Amino acid sequence: MEMHRSGLVEQFRQKADAVSTIVKPVATMAEALAYAVQVCVRKEACAMLSSGCEYGLSDPAQELCGLKQWEKLMAAPGLAAADIDRLTALCRDAGIGLIRQGLAAHAGGIDVGLTTADFGIADTGTLVLHCSDEDLRLATMISEVHVAVLRAEDIYPNADAAADRLAAFFSTSDYTAFITGPSRTADIERVLTLGVHGPLDLHVLILDGSTAS
Amino acid sequence: MQTAENNRQYRKQLKEALDNAFQRKALDNFAVAYRGIRVSNFEGIDRARLIERIGKAKDAAMARVDALYHQFREKAEAAGATVHLAASDAAANEIIARIAAENSCTRIVKSKSMTAEETLLNHFLENRGYEVIETDLGEWIIQLRREGPSHMVMPAIHLSRNEVSRLFTEVTGKPQDTDIEKLVKVARRELRERFVTADMGISGANFAIAETGTLGIVSNEGNVGLVTTMPRVHVALVGIDKLTATVADALTVLTGLPRNATGQAITSYVTWITGANPSGASATGRKNMHIVFLDNGRSALAGDPVFSQALRCVRCGACANVCPIYRLVGGHAYGHIYIGAIGLILTYFFHGRDKDKHLIENCLNCQACKEVCVAGIDLPRLIREVQKVVVHSAEQPFLPGLMAAYVLKRRRVFHALLRSGRYVQQPVTGNTSYARHLPDLLFKDHKFKELPALAKKPFRDQWQPAAYRPARPRYKVALFSGCLQDFVYPEQLLAGTEMLKGSRVRLDFIQAQGCCGLPLYMLGEHGAAADLARWNMANIDPGEYDFVLTLCASCASHMKENYPFLLEKQAGTRVNARQYADKVIDYSSFMLLVGESAAAGKNARGQKAAYHAPCHLCRGLGVSAAPRELLEIAGYAYVPHDEEETCCGLGGSYSFKFPEVSAAILDKKLGAVAETGAEILVTDCPGCVMQLRGGALKQGRPIKVLHMAEALQQSK
Ligand code: SF4
Ligand code: SF4
Repeated sequence: MEMHRSGLVEQFRQKADAVSTIVKPVATMAEALAYAVQVCVRKEACAMLSSGCEYGLSDPAQELCGLKQWEKLMAAPGLAAADIDRLTALCRDAGIGLIRQGLAAHAGGIDVGLTTADFGIADTGTLVLHCSDEDLRLATMISEVHVAVLRAEDIYPNADAAADRLAAFFSTSDYTAFITGPSRTADIERVLTLGVHGPLDLHVLILDGSTAS
Repeated sequence: MQTAENNRQYRKQLKEALDNAFQRKALDNFAVAYRGIRVSNFEGIDRARLIERIGKAKDAAMARVDALYHQFREKAEAAGATVHLAASDAAANEIIARIAAENSCTRIVKSKSMTAEETLLNHFLENRGYEVIETDLGEWIIQLRREGPSHMVMPAIHLSRNEVSRLFTEVTGKPQDTDIEKLVKVARRELRERFVTADMGISGANFAIAETGTLGIVSNEGNVGLVTTMPRVHVALVGIDKLTATVADALTVLTGLPRNATGQAITSYVTWITGANPSGASATGRKNMHIVFLDNGRSALAGDPVFSQALRCVRCGACANVCPIYRLVGGHAYGHIYIGAIGLILTYFFHGRDKDKHLIENCLNCQACKEVCVAGIDLPRLIREVQKVVVHSAEQPFLPGLMAAYVLKRRRVFHALLRSGRYVQQPVTGNTSYARHLPDLLFKDHKFKELPALAKKPFRDQWQPAAYRPARPRYKVALFSGCLQDFVYPEQLLAGTEMLKGSRVRLDFIQAQGCCGLPLYMLGEHGAAADLARWNMANIDPGEYDFVLTLCASCASHMKENYPFLLEKQAGTRVNARQYADKVIDYSSFMLLVGESAAAGKNARGQKAAYHAPCHLCRGLGVSAAPRELLEIAGYAYVPHDEEETCCGLGGSYSFKFPEVSAAILDKKLGAVAETGAEILVTDCPGCVMQLRGGALKQGRPIKVLHMAEALQQSK
């Protein structure tokens, strides 16, 4: 069983890596939270990512950029209460704003969105997020960087193996997202460009309790 | 888009596309890149089995599309959505406009939907005063340019970064860079503002899962999520052909769709929506969710014994990616709204005969689309079937077709015509026979290659059976000559049969055989083609022979693939046609079967030989290794090139109908061969020999074009 799991984790890592997902193992949720905050801290420091606000935009589009809070902003809807307390403390220390709801009001830009995936699919390196909650959904869509925590034991070998689980999600009103890598386009001259409407970067933190010791 | 009123106008459109240097280069790069993608994209997957599973799932769904619709509706409405069914494109547009009006929407953001292109939805809503904004980058670009897509997956593939930069400068009123990364980010920011302020989102869907009432939408950019989340109203416009029975069926299609489309194992996003989800922008707290199913001829299509296959299409766009014509002229000239091979077919059903009548003729029957289709649609066959309907419903009967049917069906008349044709030709100079002065009326634009003259003596008058009567034959073989070799290139048949002298092959040549019928099939004259099939089967009894051997790959593939199809509905001949088809064999495969010693040669002494794989051989018959092996056995040094399996551009009468396109394809081919430094170019089909040899001569290229039989004989 353990062998099987590590095989799936490895396959997930390879496939996700092939589509520009940054995959990191973490042993505890605390480690995951600290990682996400670090991503947010470093983000502006190296200014590797450009989201477009600095270019010549039409007036309405520029206004939306102006609505962006000056402090850095992190969104973490749907996080467990204990984790929220820890994250709040980490963000406070780093001078980062933290929101858990009302994300639509921040469509101009959220620096990092932190979510927990329901499960993963190894053979395509895909995250599956059951996100009927609108804020959770928006965190995966409007954040410039999306950091997702995935439990190692929740990785299925392929989508077929997860079909029943999906059908169960779909049995009531529902919104489910398959996410594989950051958002991308090749619409101009077929040149691959990351970060169109969705996140410019995707980090997946594979939480494997069995490696904690 | 198709606006051409006659063939001349359509050819003008093609000519303009051929002269568009940027598009030519972009499409060519893409065609070559896609070839590489195809090799790797199905790694670890049994592609043939997947295609079969997709085809079966789609067929089963379409057979009970009504029931699936009702099931979907029940589930989706139970989850809070409203489901509509529109019989026509106009009805769908009306329903959507009504939803917008009832909910006082003014600004609409849209994600990509071919179905909305089909109904010309944007145009309709804009006329009603709504602001509609495409949010897929490529779609936004072409919307700003007031154009239609030129590819189903990459709608703006025909545009350069400079054109996009100019466009964005206009839109933002600020000067823009030509750096693609920056342009993409500008679009991100511009469109983000539109998402925030829109009150309605319109999407398409790739799947409508009946068992749960769920929509599935694939995308890479992330705009689908925003379109379906931010505004308070969401309308999905979905063709009823997207209905699937189960989640598992949708996942099966999902395994094939992105791989075949862009070579991705999966798209960045797949969005699954069931019913009305929470929505902060909506007063009720729930999304105002509508699903509009579009029929527009689909349910009639589902019941058609031949055309129902077309509904399997998952819109991956691959049939355009591999099409040698699309590669040259792009989507605006090679489709109306739907593009590529499937576009040639769907245009007829969704947009009518008038839009399709020139398009449908623009196909080489090269089979490349059939091979790549992830839904297993026999696209070239459906193209021929639509063409047949178009030809026969024309107000004026198609004269060349009727004449050809009359002549080709009357073997004696046809042969007499061919024989007499020789005497009206100009005297031949040098040692290659070429028709110097063709009647201008017929061939006035066909100046890109030299056309061969008729032979002095057809093969049938030179055939000497005595040498092919071994005492204990291992194989009993009927030789099928085909018209082109019989009357134009008898030397190919003479060389080919010569190679079998002294072997244990008994060879019969039955004088009563006629044309295989492919030219008629290509002209849409299926009835006459079936008559010829019956005639040949009556004269060459498959029960008498181990093989029906032909040195013409086109005849071979037509007899093998199309005879059973043409005679399918004719009791009695159906079984016979199958038997006959099973015995048909091409020359290269047959020579390998006879044995290495029959083909071995020493005169070639390692001379460099390139190979051209006839479409009808490599894809039609699935023969690919045999000819390359034979060249090596015969002592040649076989040198591969990248365009080996690309069509030569002949396509039967195609090169006369669309000479400019045919010439451009030929050019590409000969250029690639020249790069190998080969002295000879070998192929297995007299049609390809005619095209390639004529082209090489016209262009003054030193390469010598030979039929495989001639190459073997020269080395013997
Ligand atoms: S048969 Fe060849 S030419 Fe015709 S549509 Fe298919 S790929 Fe294009
Ligand atoms: S016909 Fe086949 S290859 Fe063409 S778009 Fe449809 S599924 Fe893809």
